[in-house]
Amino acid sequence: MKVKMLSRNPDHYVRETKLDLQRVPRNYDPALHPFEVPREYTRALNAVKLERVFAKPFLTSLDGHRDGVNCMAKHPKSLSTVLSGACDGEVRIWNLTKRECIRTLQAHEGFVRGMCAHFCGTSFFTVGDDKTVKQWKMDGPEYGEEEEPLHTILGKTVYTGIDHHWKKDIFATCGQQVDIWDEQRTSPICSMTWGLDSISSVKFNPIETNILGSCASDRNIVLYDMRQATPLKKVILDMRTNTLCWNPMEAFIFTAANEDYNLYTFDMRSLDEPVKVHVDHVSAVLDVDYSPTGKEFVSASFDKSIRIFPIDRIHSREVYHTKRMQHVISVKWTSDSKYILCGSDEMNIRLWKANASEKLGVLTSREKAALNYNQKLKEKFKYHPQISRIARHRHLPKTIYSQIKEQRIMKEARQRKEMNRIKHSKPGSIPFVPEKKKHIVAVVK
Amino acid sequence: MLLSYRSLLALNQQEEVVDLLKDYPLSASEDEEDNDGERKHQKLLETIGRLDGKNRQRLAERSEASLQVSEFSVSTEGTGEKLELAELLAPIKPSSSLGTVKKRLKKVKNKKTVELPLSKEENERIHREAAYNKTSQDMDKWDPVVLKNRRAAQLVFPLEQEQVLDAPIEEVLGAWKARTPLEQEIFNLLHKNKQPLTDPLLTPVEKASLKAMSLEEAKQRRAELQKARALQSYYEAKARRQKKIKSKKFHKVLKKRKAKEVLKQFEKLQKVNPTAALEELEKMEKARMEERMSLKHQNSGKWAKSKAIMAKYDLEARKAMQEQLTKNKELTQKLQVPSDSEHDEDAEEDSTLIPDIVNEVQMSIDGPNPWMQKNRGINTQASHIQKKPVAGEESEPEEEEKAGAEEDALLQEVEERRSLWKGSEVNQGSQKQGLRTKAPKRTEEDKEVLAELRTLSKHINKKAKKVRQVGKQHVSPAPAAPKEPSVQREEQSLLDERPERVQTMEDIESLGMEEVSQEQKQLRPGAERRRQRRQQHNHPEQRSPPKVKQEPMIDLHTIITVKTHKANSSLSFPTIVDEEDCDEEVTQKQIIKEAFAGDDVIADFQKEKCEADKASKPKDIDLSLPGWGQWGGPGLVISARKRRRFLIKAPKATPRKDKCLPNVVISEKRNIQAAAHQVNVLPFPFTHQYQFEETIKTPVGTTWNTQRAFQKLTAPRVVTKPGHIIEPIKEKDVESSSSHLGPPTLQRKAQQHAHHRRRRLKKAP
Repeated sequence: MKVKMLSRNPDHYVRETKLDLQRVPRNYDPALHPFEVPREYTRALNAVKLERVFAKPFLTSLDGHRDGVNCMAKHPKSLSTVLSGACDGEVRIWNLTKRECIRTLQAHEGFVRGMCAHFCGTSFFTVGDDKTVKQWKMDGPEYGEEEEPLHTILGKTVYTGIDHHWKKDIFATCGQQVDIWDEQRTSPICSMTWGLDSISSVKFNPIETNILGSCASDRNIVLYDMRQATPLKKVILDMRTNTLCWNPMEAFIFTAANEDYNLYTFDMRSLDEPVKVHVDHVSAVLDVDYSPTGKEFVSASFDKSIRIFPIDRIHSREVYHTKRMQHVISVKWTSDSKYILCGSDEMNIRLWKANASEKLGVLTSREKAALNYNQKLKEKFKYHPQISRIARHRHLPKTIYSQIKEQRIMKEARQRKEMNRIKHSKPGSIPFVPEKKKHIVAVVK
Repeated sequence: MLLSYRSLLALNQQEEVVDLLKDYPLSASEDEEDNDGERKHQKLLETIGRLDGKNRQRLAERSEASLQVSEFSVSTEGTGEKLELAELLAPIKPSSSLGTVKKRLKKVKNKKTVELPLSKEENERIHREAAYNKTSQDMDKWDPVVLKNRRAAQLVFPLEQEQVLDAPIEEVLGAWKARTPLEQEIFNLLHKNKQPLTDPLLTPVEKASLKAMSLEEAKQRRAELQKARALQSYYEAKARRQKKIKSKKFHKVLKKRKAKEVLKQFEKLQKVNPTAALEELEKMEKARMEERMSLKHQNSGKWAKSKAIMAKYDLEARKAMQEQLTKNKELTQKLQVPSDSEHDEDAEEDSTLIPDIVNEVQMSIDGPNPWMQKNRGINTQASHIQKKPVAGEESEPEEEEKAGAEEDALLQEVEERRSLWKGSEVNQGSQKQGLRTKAPKRTEEDKEVLAELRTLSKHINKKAKKVRQVGKQHVSPAPAAPKEPSVQREEQSLLDERPERVQTMEDIESLGMEEVSQEQKQLRPGAERRRQRRQQHNHPEQRSPPKVKQEPMIDLHTIITVKTHKANSSLSFPTIVDEEDCDEEVTQKQIIKEAFAGDDVIADFQKEKCEADKASKPKDIDLSLPGWGQWGGPGLVISARKRRRFLIKAPKATPRKDKCLPNVVISEKRNIQAAAHQVNVLPFPFTHQYQFEETIKTPVGTTWNTQRAFQKLTAPRVVTKPGHIIEPIKEKDVESSSSHLGPPTLQRKAQQHAHHRRRRLKKAP
C-alpha cells in the first residue's frame, strides 16, 4: 500500500531571511471581502491621526547673527551650505549638516540688502546700504590672508537687491533702476528704468534666463527682457509687492509677495488677472520661495509665521511658527525640496522640514510602501469630514488666531456691504468684480 | 511750410548777427573802456531815477548780452507778430537767379506738412509692447511641457537623472601604473603569459576569434545556440517529468513504445542492411544465451527466497515473483526470425509473433464463436470491455510514436548543428553512419527493449485469450457484465498464465490465484451495490417523487420566494447518496417540524416587516380638540367636519427600500454616529454621486490587491531623491517632450543607453 503525501515546495512558504515578510496566500476575490471600504476608512483615519502625531517640523535653529537676518542665499552646488546676510552688514556661511557657522565676514556697513551666489558656486555677491556691490570667494581666505572681496563696485545709489543669471556671468542689481552687470566690468551693461521709484527686488527667470522680474515701491511689478534691453510690461497692484519668485518648472509663472497679506501667482502672458490669489497670512508677506519641484512655495510674513502653499490652492497647507520666532524677513526652500530655511528679525535662522511629519533618514522599502499607502489613503478619504478635520487641524498662536478671526469678520462685512450695494442700486450700475481682479489696479503697456 | 519758415528766419537772423558784430568791433581794451562808460551812464540814469523818490528800492537790473545779441538763438522780440512769406520775399529784388527759388517755394507751399516725430514716451511704449508680445509668444512653447507635468501621474525629480557612465575598463586602467614591487611582479607575469594589460583587454586568441566572426554571424549563432539550448532544456524537462511519473502503466507504455521502435528499426535494418540485421540478431541471441546461463530472474536469489516466504501473506510479493518469472521466460524464449522466403508460407505458424496477434483479437470478435455473436447484440457493455483495451493500446502507442519521432528528429538536428558549430567533431557522414555510430551505445538499451518487445507481444496474445475467456465466463451467468475485469485487468492477466507454464514456484502461484479469485468474489457484491447507487444518481427523477411525498408539511402559501444561488465552485455534489441517510434526514426534519409546530417563523417575520413599514410611514396629525366649541362630557363625539378641518394630512411616504425584497427589513433611520463620518456634500471635482462612490469603492491596500497592483495604486505623485539637487527645468526638455509623449526621463535614459551601446559596438571590431 502506498501512502500519498502532500508535497510542498518550501520556496512557497519559507521566507529567505527573518526580516522578510511572511508569505500569506490570499484570495483577492472581492466577494470574500465585504468590508473593504470601512476597513480602509479606519486605516485612513489612523494614518491621518498618526500624521498629526508625528508632525514635528522644526529641526534646528542656527544662531550667531548679531542682528536680524535680512537675506539668504542657497549654494547652487552644495545642499549643506547656505549663506545669510544680516542687518548689521555681516554675512555668515552655514553648514547645515553640522548645524554650525563655518565662516563669518563683515561685508558692508549697514544692511546687507541682498545676496546671491554665482551659478557655479565659486563666489557670491552682496549688495549693501553702503552703495557697493561686492563679490566674495565662496571658500574662506588662506591662512594669513585678509578677508577681502574679490571685486568691489562703487555705485551712486543704494542697491536694494541682487540676483545672478542662471547660466552666464551676468548679474542684475536693483535700486533706482535695474542694472545688468557683466562680472568683468565696473559699469553696468545696461540699465532699465520705468518711472522713478526705488525697486525692492529683482529676480532672473530660472528657465527663460533672459527675463527678469522686479517689484518697486510704487506698487508695481515690472518685467524686463535682457535681450531687448527694455521693460516689457508693468502691473500695478493695490499695495506694494515686496518680492517675487519665479516657478522653476513653469517658465511663465511667478508669485509675488504683497503687503496686503496676499500672494499673487501670475502668468506673465496675462498680467491683467492673477492665476491665483493665495490668502491666509494676517500681515504683510515679506518673502517667497518656490520648491524646486515647482509644486509648492513657501512664504514668510510679518505675522511671525511661514506658510506653505500648493501652487493651485488658495489656502495654505501648512503653517509653521514658534514662540520665539519674530517677523520672518527671508525664506528659502532647499534645492532637494526637503527643507525650508527662514531668517527672522530675532537673529536666528530656522530649519524646518518641508513635510512636517516626514521621517528623516533612510527608509526601508516596507516603510516606504506603508507611507505611500497611508498617503494614498489620506488622499482617497480626504473629503470625509473626520479625516479632513484632523488633517486640517493646526495650532496657532493666539495673536494670529484672533487676527484671522478679525479679518474674516472684516471680509464678511465688506462682502455684505458690496452685496447690499448691488442689491439696492439700479441693476447693472455696479459691476461685479471678481476677487482676483479686485487687487489689480492697472496694467501698463 | 512751418519748417521752411523757420529755416528762413534762421537765415535772416544770422545776417543780423553779422551786422551787429560789424557795428561793434571787439577788442579787449576798447571793450573794457566802453563798458566803463556804459556803467557810468547807467549809474547816472539810476540816480536820476531815484530822485523821483517812488522807486527807491528798485532792484538792480541785469541785462544780458545774449538777449540782445546771440550767436545761437533768436531774440524773442516780435514773437506775437506773424511772419508771412510775402514779407520775407519782398526785399529780394526780382532777378533771374532767384526765380528758381521762388518756384521751389511755391511748390513747398502746395505740399502737405510732415507729421511730428513721436514723443520719447510713446516710442518706448511701442517698443515695449512689441518686445512683450514677442517674449510672451516665445513662452508659449512651454505650454505643453507645463501641462504634461501638471497632469503627470508621477513626477520624478531631479528631472535629469545623472548618468553613471560605465567607462570601459581600458580607459580606467590607462592612467594606472604599476608602482609597488608586487604589482610590477604581477605585471611581469602577465606579460610573459601574453595576457593583455591595457587596451583592449583581450588576449590574442580572443582577438582572433573576434575578428573571425562578424557581428551578424555572431548574432545568428547566438540565436541558434539559444534555440538549441532551449530545446534541450525542454527535452530534459520532459524527461525529468516523465521520470517522475509514478504511474506504472505509463512506464509500461513507454517501454512498449521503445520496444516497438527498436523492432521497427530492426525491420528497416533487415531491408536496408541485412548483414547489420543479422548482427543484431546475433546479439539478441547472445543476450538470450547469457540470460539462460545466468541465474538472474530465476527466483533463486536471496531476495526471491525472502519473497517466497512472504508470498503466502503478501500479494505484492507474489506479484513481484511472478514478474520475475515472466521476465525470465521472455528473455530466454527463442526468437524465430522468419526469412523472406518463408514469410509468406507459414503465416499460420507466425501466429505467436506480434502483428498477427492483433488479427487474432479481431478474429475473436468477428469470429465464428456463436456465443459472442449472440451476446453482441444484447450486451454492448461486454463488447465495450473487449474493445477497449485493444483499441486503447493500439492507438496510444501510435500517437506517442509520432510525437517521439518528431522529437528525436528535432534533437538530432540540434545535435548535428551543435557538432557543426563546435567543429571539433566533424560529422559529415550520412545518416546510416550516424546510426551505426549510435548502435554500439544502444546495444544495452536495445537488449532491454527487445525483451520488452517480447513481453509486449505476449501480453497482447494473452489478452486476446483472456478476452475470449471472459466472454465465455460472463455470458451465461449475467447479461450485464460488471466493470471489474477492466479495472483488475493486470491481475487477471497474471492469473491466466497459470496453466501454461509451471515453474519452481508454482505452488505459491496457485495459492495466490485461489486467494485472488476468492477476494474477487467477495468484492463483487459491494461493487454491484455501488453500481446500483450510481444508476440511481444518474436518474434523479426516479427518486424525486418520494422526496416530495416525504415533505408534505411545508405550507405552500407561506413560502418566501428566494432566488437560488448557483454554486460557482467546481466541486460536484457527492455522487453517492445513501438511501438510508436520506431516510434519516427526512425523519430528522419531521422531528424538527413536530418540535417547532407552533412557531411560524415566516409569518412572524412578515408581521414584523409590516409593523416596521407602518412605523416608518408619516402619520396624519389630528388637531381637533374634543369639547372645543361645543359642550363636553361623556359620550362626546367629534363631528366629521371638524375632524376633517383640523386634520393635517401627512405627505405621501417615499417607497421603502425593502419593498421589493421579500425577506429583508431595511431600516431607513439615519444613524447619527455613522453620519459624523459620512460625506454630506458632493465634493468639488465630481459631478455625480456615483463617480465619487466609485473612487471610494476601489480598495488600495495589499489586503485586496496583488503586490504589483498595490504598488501601482500607491505610487506617490512626486518622487525626489534624497541628497540630490533639483535643477530648474531646461530648455532642451521642451524639444524632448515635444518629440515624444512618454516620460522624458525614461526615454532619454533609454536613448542614451542605446547610444552608448552603439558606440561600444563600433569600437569592438
